[in-house]
Amino acid sequence: MKKIINDPDTVVQDALRGMQAAHSDLLTVHYDPAVVVRADAPVRGKVAIISGGGSGHEPLHGGFVGRGMLDAACPGPVFTSPTSDQVVDAVSRTDGGAGALLIVKNYTGDVLNFEMAAELAESEVRSVVIDDDVAVKDSLYTAGRRGVGGTVLLEKIVGAAAERGADLAYCETLALRVIASVRSMGLALTACTVPHVGSPSFELGDDEMEIGIGIHGEPGRQKVHAGTAAEMVSALLDPILEDLPFASGDRVLLFTNGMGGTPLLELYLAHGIAEQLLADRGITVERRLVGPYITSLEMQGMSLTLLRLDDEMVELWDAPVHTPALRWGV
Amino acid sequence: MGCTAEDVVAALRAAAAVVQEHRDELVRLDQAIGDADHGENMKRGFTALVSRLDTEPPDTPARVLKLAATTLISTVGGAAGPLYGTAFLRASSAVGDAAELDRDAVARALQAALDGVVARGKAVVGDKTMVDALTPAVTAAASAEGTVAATLSAAADAAEEGASSTVPMVARKGRASYLGERSAGHLDPGARSTALLLRAFADAAAKA
Repeated sequence: MKKIINDPDTVVQDALRGMQAAHSDLLTVHYDPAVVVRADAPVRGKVAIISGGGSGHEPLHGGFVGRGMLDAACPGPVFTSPTSDQVVDAVSRTDGGAGALLIVKNYTGDVLNFEMAAELAESEVRSVVIDDDVAVKDSLYTAGRRGVGGTVLLEKIVGAAAERGADLAYCETLALRVIASVRSMGLALTACTVPHVGSPSFELGDDEMEIGIGIHGEPGRQKVHAGTAAEMVSALLDPILEDLPFASGDRVLLFTNGMGGTPLLELYLAHGIAEQLLADRGITVERRLVGPYITSLEMQGMSLTLLRLDDEMVELWDAPVHTPALRWGV
Repeated sequence: MGCTAEDVVAALRAAAAVVQEHRDELVRLDQAIGDADHGENMKRGFTALVSRLDTEPPDTPARVLKLAATTLISTVGGAAGPLYGTAFLRASSAVGDAAELDRDAVARALQAALDGVVARGKAVVGDKTMVDALTPAVTAAASAEGTVAATLSAAADAAEEGASSTVPMVARKGRASYLGERSAGHLDPGARSTALLLRAFADAAAKA
């Protein structure tokens, strides 16, 4: 294993120190327990939007802390959910008197720790669970669909609503509407190596890809032959379109996400194909996001996320955001 | 002979040593069907617990169990943190403020721990989780006779058998469930760690 780290035990803390140094104008890092908080928190009268999860998905979630998006992010160890006391601490540092909305990705550990935190927090707290991954089919016999790329769009849109003064109930309802309208799917060309494990998380042959991966190095639904970019994009887009389903006339945001190790050259190539396939189906791409925003360490691969837009979501997407990873309108 | 606060501390220290020893095994089991963090998370939690037991050893069995609960909840993360944390918290409540635990109290604590894990994680027997190890352990402890050590030994035997029974199962909870049929043929890491903990408790009780 070759990585730019000193010690697997301190990798998250060490990275947080660098993040603090790089973005002290936007955020403040607290280390015990680990919480990344927007620099001007708590913002009086504003609903606090809080998320968190295992590290290794950067810029998610800490990179989205700042004006117009998250008030706090709780980074767990690599691919491990944060603990409930981190979340409780995040709530107490950011609640400006209007309560807090917790955005939780649907993984057993995240759900359990955020659930405990919601029980323990002194503020008024609501939670929403995002589960946009269409790769997990049979929700009755699994832990349910995973929260993946849609999380980034959810945090941006709900963050914008909270910034302009929406109350807690409004933020929660909006979040549920976004969750109901967003679908994702991903593929991997290589596995990733978790620092404290030291070896790749699954085996893939030179000509194979894993379809339906999550973001924790867990294998997907099936291994198939890695074909052309067009075949890869279709393998992701078709199940997404069928699932909601998206139909001709829909207005969408298309998010082409890199898993960490895939160059932008390839992401743009894939994005162009996806835009064409959607145009062919009469679906209007009104907004886009392309880049590595919810990653799986150094994994090569990509995911596609499609969000069915309405006027309010477009307006909130366009609203100013000032965070380490997303910055416009400021 | 009952089980004092010191005995519970000793059992937790023994458990921490076993977790340390089996850290790599738990990582490997989790790597096969999950996300390879269970061994590391358990090690982090039990290491933190030992250092708290060193500095502030509580004076009743219930308080020791509660310290274990709060430490694991705040240090383990993942699903195991809240699940084991809830288990120890419920066990702590179940034994009240007695200075010594007899075998009935131990059996009651195990039952409460299982109830807590089921309430928090909503898994049932057959889902390929720690419930598959803990459920038969509780049943065995309830019908065991004799000392605390004998009760825990019966529970550990049943837990080991229960853990083995997870190998052919298809996971329906936790991250392994995303693999569907591909999760069969692997020992569940949570069931394995439950069996390891109960064996460590039994061995410590036998030495007390």
